[in-house]
Amino acid sequence: MIGRGFVPLLVLVAAAGVGALAWETEGFNVVTMNGARQLDIARRPRSLPDVQLMDQDGQLFSLADYKGDPVFVDFIYTRCPAICRPMGDQFHRLLRWQNSHPERQVKLVSISFDLENDGREALRLYGDHYGARAPQWRIAAPLEQSGLDALRQAFGLIVIPDGTGGFIHNGDVYLIDARGRLARALDPDAAPLVFVNALTGIRP
Amino acid sequence: MKRRLIIITIAWMLLWWWPLRYSLESDMALHMTVQIPLLIGIGLLLAPVVRGREPPWLVEADWLGIPGMVAVVLVTSFWMIPRALDSALSDPLTDATKFVTLPLAAGLPLGLSWRRMPPLGRAFIWANFIPKLGAIGGLYLAAPVRLCAYYRIDQQTEAGLALVTVAAALGVSWFFIVFFGLQSAYLKTWLGFQVRTRMECESQAAPLLYGDNR
Repeated sequence: MIGRGFVPLLVLVAAAGVGALAWETEGFNVVTMNGARQLDIARRPRSLPDVQLMDQDGQLFSLADYKGDPVFVDFIYTRCPAICRPMGDQFHRLLRWQNSHPERQVKLVSISFDLENDGREALRLYGDHYGARAPQWRIAAPLEQSGLDALRQAFGLIVIPDGTGGFIHNGDVYLIDARGRLARALDPDAAPLVFVNALTGIRP
Repeated sequence: MKRRLIIITIAWMLLWWWPLRYSLESDMALHMTVQIPLLIGIGLLLAPVVRGREPPWLVEADWLGIPGMVAVVLVTSFWMIPRALDSALSDPLTDATKFVTLPLAAGLPLGLSWRRMPPLGRAFIWANFIPKLGAIGGLYLAAPVRLCAYYRIDQQTEAGLALVTVAAALGVSWFFIVFFGLQSAYLKTWLGFQVRTRMECESQAAPLLYGDNR
């Protein structure tokens, strides 16, 4: 004989458990924190803090200056041996794509989170290495730690030490829409077409 | 019983104590194969204190221990999601949730419902749990991308290796227990089966199949 109250208890336990799993995985769509953030940004574009940045030419600017144009942003540190490389390659491909689509503006900003080591000279060397020229591709760093913290918070950037003096960080490529909102976070090793589609897709 | 409660409380608080919590959580393998099992263990230790004091309706509703084991499976699955591990690291409130749900919603029901399960049900749980653990470990071992934002890829590989090792150890011991039996009555109860040698089985096949504790 099935015990009395068995079915209600089983249903209750299963519903609570499956509900919690669904909530944690955004309806069984993601299992990682990165995936959850990408989904959240695509669903609800985020407004960004106004942070002063300095680029490789020593020019001061802020992401808000780009209003009216979408802009791709990634986070780097100039000594990075790992994930910054594919992100740089991705930016390169976007520039190449733009060469054949002169009607499109492709604007790129790489922001360093390593304020201690990435002064203007380091930014310039890194820019030269990747062939980045301002203002189309700016290699920049926040002027102040508080600015960096605000950006970290808004972009959901997580940086951990790699154990040998460098860093490991989540390497998303972000797309800021023409209204200055953070509209997409994309995997850096996604197909180049994904970036082009994102760029053309968010334009009103 | 009173002493047991004191030990449980101290162990619980010790695990929450910052230096220990930090050192266990800063490494993915320790987080998954030491801290989480210890938290479940705290719930297991609590079970004998609760047993006998459960409301009768709950004992009846937890028929063959099935609802309890469903809770165990779901709660432990939840804390194996990479995002959940990350949240536990970045948000103390989530970590506190982990410290409450693993003992009370996984360990305690495991301790209470396990005894209500017939041997075949226990065998079903073991036979699912061990390959699942190995499969998750294998995934972590082989995944070329980082699944947790707060752990390095080498830590992820180590965690995978640790999980595969635990699965292999459990699998091997389970094999021996099932086919050769266990001498210790205490382990017999805790490792699940009323395990018998072949001769015992032949004379007592019915309880092995249908349970002998009800």
